[in-house]
Amino acid sequence: MAQKVLIKGNEAIGEAAIMAGCRHFFGYPITPQNEVAEYISKRMPEAGGCFLQAESELAAINMVYGAAGAGARVMTSSSSPGISLMQEGISYIAASELPCLIVNVMRGGPGLGGIQPSQADYFQATKGGGHGDYRLVVLAPSTIQEMIDLIVEGFDIADQYRNPVMILADGMLGQMMEPVVLEPKKRIERQLPAKDWATTGCDGSRPRNVINSLFMIPEQLEQRNLILIDKYKRIEQNEVQYQSIDIEGSDVVLVAYGTMARIARTVAKKAKELGISVGILRPITLWPFPYDAVAAIGDMPNVKAVFSIEMSAGQMVEDIKLGINGKKPVYFYGRTGGMIPSPNEILDYICDVLEVR
Amino acid sequence: MTHEVIMAGFGGQGVMSIGQLLTHAGMEVGLNVSWYPSYGPEMRGGTAFCHVIVSDEFIGSPLVTSPTDLIIMNRPSLDKFEQTAASGASVFVNSSLIDREVKRDDIKAYYIPANDIANRLGNVRVANMVMFGAFLACTGIAPVDVVELCFKEMLGPSKAHMIDVNRKALREGMKLVDK
Repeated sequence: MAQKVLIKGNEAIGEAAIMAGCRHFFGYPITPQNEVAEYISKRMPEAGGCFLQAESELAAINMVYGAAGAGARVMTSSSSPGISLMQEGISYIAASELPCLIVNVMRGGPGLGGIQPSQADYFQATKGGGHGDYRLVVLAPSTIQEMIDLIVEGFDIADQYRNPVMILADGMLGQMMEPVVLEPKKRIERQLPAKDWATTGCDGSRPRNVINSLFMIPEQLEQRNLILIDKYKRIEQNEVQYQSIDIEGSDVVLVAYGTMARIARTVAKKAKELGISVGILRPITLWPFPYDAVAAIGDMPNVKAVFSIEMSAGQMVEDIKLGINGKKPVYFYGRTGGMIPSPNEILDYICDVLEVR
Repeated sequence: MTHEVIMAGFGGQGVMSIGQLLTHAGMEVGLNVSWYPSYGPEMRGGTAFCHVIVSDEFIGSPLVTSPTDLIIMNRPSLDKFEQTAASGASVFVNSSLIDREVKRDDIKAYYIPANDIANRLGNVRVANMVMFGAFLACTGIAPVDVVELCFKEMLGPSKAHMIDVNRKALREGMKLVDK
């Protein structure tokens, strides 16, 4: 096995991008993800690529748009308020069917908010964010090793479907350090189509490629949308990822992603000491959401209740309710503004709901 | 075996560094480890701290809410973290700078005159290593030679001249607890 190294989440994002063959990075500083750009600014020139600190997030995302249109493996990274500024560009990139990777190391909001960890951008990431009927593939790592794996896979998913992919992390995952092996664990072999649509300059040798999202004739625009909708259906069929931990036979199931899934593991361990068996469902893709896996919990006779635990005021819980479809009671526990729920307070809430003490 | 440690002090007292050192050494001896820093306004002039977990079990939350060990470099940090310590916790107090004793009687305090010792060794900046030495002697998480290899690597060639004084500080700290 390759040697383990100790690395900060943000730095691992940078190294994983280089590993994935990304050679163009455009970004603008914001806490708590600054080490991403710091790391890449050093590594990218060594790898023969381009690091550019733009004058704003708007400029950065439009540079991503341009580089993606020219066929480059390209990424940007930001945190919540910065990602909000990028939404127009993200909608354009999705509309133009261009592959790229967008990293959001979430912090507390709304507004300028704070700089501590949060998961309050779930709606923005999974339900649009920008205008129009588009989707991002949203990947939510819960360890630094998985962050590396998902960044490498994320670039491939983006290329396979010609669609922007978002890595949805949070301040804790960005700032913490843990040991990793600096290589992707498993690389799913994907047939990546040639980028014959890229605007690489044709010198009259082929018809011009045009990157465009403006269609003034409704019939034409609807045709474009139907193509996108068809693609999103294929992604929903093929790309759902989740992890189940001890769900079979459990009394309650916690659904959690990212940092909260780590905390859920600690909750499950503490609950066991009280005689409560806690299963965990951890969505890895937030879009496409693992509705089928959630629905299956609805049919498990032993499960008394399902809990969504989040660093938000309750966002993913809406998708869980859609999946459960009324078959089980669904509860929510969350903290906001950069507060991180402790395992004990979550356990207290579970005990209150179950009326055990 | 699980140690959930908070190291805290003023920015510049090296609490992030000894946190990383413990994390690194724990990794080298095959334990699961995590390190999580304070990166908010507190590190911009107040109390800087980091959370380190070293365990032979899977690490869920990297956040330390009831520490089993505290390494406390200054008075504000003692005031902030004393009440969070788990019952039976070990608290290492930098008695050179902290003018009070630990109030709780269910935790074990070790008073380490870290700045005085570091000054005697000729560099006050190794006070953190004196504290870390005491912690290491007490917990036995990693052998001292592993720790020395780790800080050699962390200091790198540009700070190779600092290796010797750090080694001395570590050993002085270890001696204090042996007594």
